[in-house]
Amino acid sequence: MTGDNSGFSSGLKRRRKIENIFRIISLTITWVSVIILLVLLTHVTLQGFQRLNLGFLQNFPSRFPDKAGLKSALYGSIWLISLIFLISVPLGTASAIYLEEYGKKGILGKFIEINIANLAGVPSIVYGILGLAIFVRFMGLGRSVLAGSLTMSLLILPVIIMAAREALRAVPQSVRHGAYALGATRWQTIIHHVLPASTPGILTGVILAMSRAIGETAPLIMIGALTYVAFIPEGPMDSFTALPIQIFNWASRPQAEFQTVAAAGIIVLLGVLLLMNAAAVIIRNYFQRKYKW
Amino acid sequence: MKYKAIIAFTCAMGLLIVGCGKSGSKDHVPGVLTGGVSIDGSSTVFPITEAVAEEFGKVHPRVRVTVGISGTGGGFKRYAAGETDICDASRPIKQKEIDKASENNVAFIELPVAFDGLSVVVSRKNDWVDYLTVDELHRIWMPESTINTWKDIRPEWPAKTINLFGPGTDSGTFDYFTEAINGKSQYCRSDFSKSEDDNVLVQGVAGDKYALGFFGFAYYIENTNKLKVVPIDNGEGAVTPTETTINNGTYQPLSRPIFIYVNPASVQQPQVDAFVRFYLEKAPELVSEVGYVPLPQLVYQLCLKRYSSGITGSVFSNRNTVGLKIEDLLPE
Amino acid sequence: MGMTERSIIAGSKRVYLKEKAIAGFLLLCAMVSVVTTAGIVIVLLSESVSFFKEVSIIKFLFGTRWEPLLEPRSFGVLPLLSGTLMIVVGSALIALPMGVLTAVYLSQYAEDRTRTILKPALEILAGIPTVVYGYFALTFISPLLRQVFPSTHVFNALSASIVVGIMILPMVASLCDDAIRAVPNTLKQGGYALGATPFEVITQVIIPGAFSGIMASFILAVSRAFGETMAVTLAAGATPNLTINPLESIQTMTAYIVQVSLGDTPAGGTEYQTIFAVGALLFFVTLLMNIIANRVMHHFREVYE
Repeated sequence: MTGDNSGFSSGLKRRRKIENIFRIISLTITWVSVIILLVLLTHVTLQGFQRLNLGFLQNFPSRFPDKAGLKSALYGSIWLISLIFLISVPLGTASAIYLEEYGKKGILGKFIEINIANLAGVPSIVYGILGLAIFVRFMGLGRSVLAGSLTMSLLILPVIIMAAREALRAVPQSVRHGAYALGATRWQTIIHHVLPASTPGILTGVILAMSRAIGETAPLIMIGALTYVAFIPEGPMDSFTALPIQIFNWASRPQAEFQTVAAAGIIVLLGVLLLMNAAAVIIRNYFQRKYKW
Repeated sequence: MKYKAIIAFTCAMGLLIVGCGKSGSKDHVPGVLTGGVSIDGSSTVFPITEAVAEEFGKVHPRVRVTVGISGTGGGFKRYAAGETDICDASRPIKQKEIDKASENNVAFIELPVAFDGLSVVVSRKNDWVDYLTVDELHRIWMPESTINTWKDIRPEWPAKTINLFGPGTDSGTFDYFTEAINGKSQYCRSDFSKSEDDNVLVQGVAGDKYALGFFGFAYYIENTNKLKVVPIDNGEGAVTPTETTINNGTYQPLSRPIFIYVNPASVQQPQVDAFVRFYLEKAPELVSEVGYVPLPQLVYQLCLKRYSSGITGSVFSNRNTVGLKIEDLLPE
Repeated sequence: MGMTERSIIAGSKRVYLKEKAIAGFLLLCAMVSVVTTAGIVIVLLSESVSFFKEVSIIKFLFGTRWEPLLEPRSFGVLPLLSGTLMIVVGSALIALPMGVLTAVYLSQYAEDRTRTILKPALEILAGIPTVVYGYFALTFISPLLRQVFPSTHVFNALSASIVVGIMILPMVASLCDDAIRAVPNTLKQGGYALGATPFEVITQVIIPGAFSGIMASFILAVSRAFGETMAVTLAAGATPNLTINPLESIQTMTAYIVQVSLGDTPAGGTEYQTIFAVGALLFFVTLLMNIIANRVMHHFREVYE
């Protein structure tokens, strides 16, 4: 071994120094994300907390910032979510079943898969354009809850399909083989064994997709959500407004009091999201204990 | 068997939603108004219509009023297509729009509801503008304008770029301003920040020391802590828009009536009829509340008469009504 | 053949048809996604085609003035495109380095305790609706910027870029984290065995090894920034402006589409069709980026199989 280890040790010192610097930088940067999150949440809470009272949830929008409320937006969002659920869950689950259980090997299956992967990356506003052209204009549904729900369903369909597929995939093949061995048809296997077992996973995915749908604004603006809506939708063909649109509306007004109202609206929205995500986590944990493969 | 429960639950939810929907619209309690009133159009008129809709909702909570801000032009397009019952307009209807409406068998009852003093504003931080003459405004806003900095208007002003803000081309405010200042509607330079949403304009001007913009008086009044209004000199001295000067016509040429146009066919529906009457009745107090100037009481009575008689057609359209008195224009 | 056998055969034929019918129905459901893609393409292209009869496609793609409504009209999309690009570049400058470093820290340095705080924090950041980010940009970031750079406009590109960067950061971090984990542990241990510091292992072994995944995450995040709508509509402004100064007010393609639809220009007319032309441009750019990202991921994923 050739001598002169001094070069090595000074080199080592330098390398160690670089290592430490790098570690500190990456540590700091990572925590910056958390700090930003805290700043955001604090800012919004401080801004909006004072406006948060029962009246806020029960009032309709008003030209007076201290009287403005979320009632029509809240109900509008509930209507939307319910319709979206009814439309996209069966559709998404059925598609996922086809792709996982029936169509895995075919070219058709691959083609559909590619489509879904692409659709997942399309900006939400393009879905808004599609909804405007097809549901509002071509099908003549106008600026209704139904048009909004259909558009949003298309938006989150790829997400639901992908989540459902994961859930279906998680069910071991042995379950299916056991059913086949007992003479079950493919559909019987699915409906009696695979689907029930994957329901928690699908449900979790659905809830997460819904929480995304609640916060989306752009497609609903394209559909034509109105500025002043002071009533609760009474049918799928009614006009509506929704939480994110109302927030957007208030945030666009220059009066400082309306910024406060917008912040309060955001707190409500984030609260709803928190509930939904918590529900998803609880369901996931509960069923993970039940179904230990 | 779990999936059966899920399917049952889903169906139940579906029925619940449909059931809720149906029950709401079907039961008719005598004397209680239901139904909808669909309004769209000018963002200038919007504050008044919003206020009326809000108060109306307290008296008739079952009536569903919706108000959009597509701009006067956008509002007329929808109105002419029969999509809305009422059009908010910050300028009289144009011949093109009258033709389009009659193509679709849509008539209109023209009702002025308030005076607006179209306001030219700058940021509160702007400390050099004392007034502007109509001629200066014209030189700033004309299509071939050579004015780019404040200094180009008056040499003693700062040599900084003027950032112009104004409503977009779907806006009646824009149409009126260009007609009054440049002589022809929509005749204007194109390099300014446009938005149909006057709130965006307020924010833009308020935050920029070198900005200049124009919009309806109500939007200035609601933001006096951020904006400074520019008095306008029409040859007889600089006049600041206030309730008085707008009312007595000394704030020229930017004083103007703003309107609603009502579809006589929609008036057949009791809730629309009630809404329009409520509008004309409550206008005097609500108009001042949101920052506009009420018309003389006589005019509101004439409007009500005009409305009740179902007189259609426009008396404001296709003529320069600057300086004329409304009472003279509306026939008895 | 007795009754039982005959009914079994008859029964199985019925069952067979029922199975086929169900399979067919499920296929139809799955085809909805294909129909959606077809719908998007047809809607965008058909209106764009009639738009390009009025306006030359060259002028659209290369013109520098966007004035669709006021005379003299001009339909050069470059100002909108540059607005979008400014946001994309700005947010990428923030999110990509930070995202990679965060992923590196999470996977190499962090203890489990830290991970239990950091991972959920990132997930929450990712789940916040974009309109909230827009509000945050308008009420917190912009005023802050104006104190630091007094010449900043009320609506500016920088504020929106920062906020979009925060928005796509979790996406980059999470995808890079997955990519880094896919690098076999043996390579990492080999590096340590040769006496390398963690920094050297990271920069010379792990990142090159996870390179394709990192690249893919970059492309996907950029594609997301391209399509971002609400934050830029609230914060960046409505002024089509061909500029590289991030302190100025600009308009992105997405914000323009929103603006036109707020004004509800009804069907027909060149202004209405601009929605579809700009939308088509947006769609195809993001589609291209997503395809490239997927290709990159798949191509290099084979290396370790």
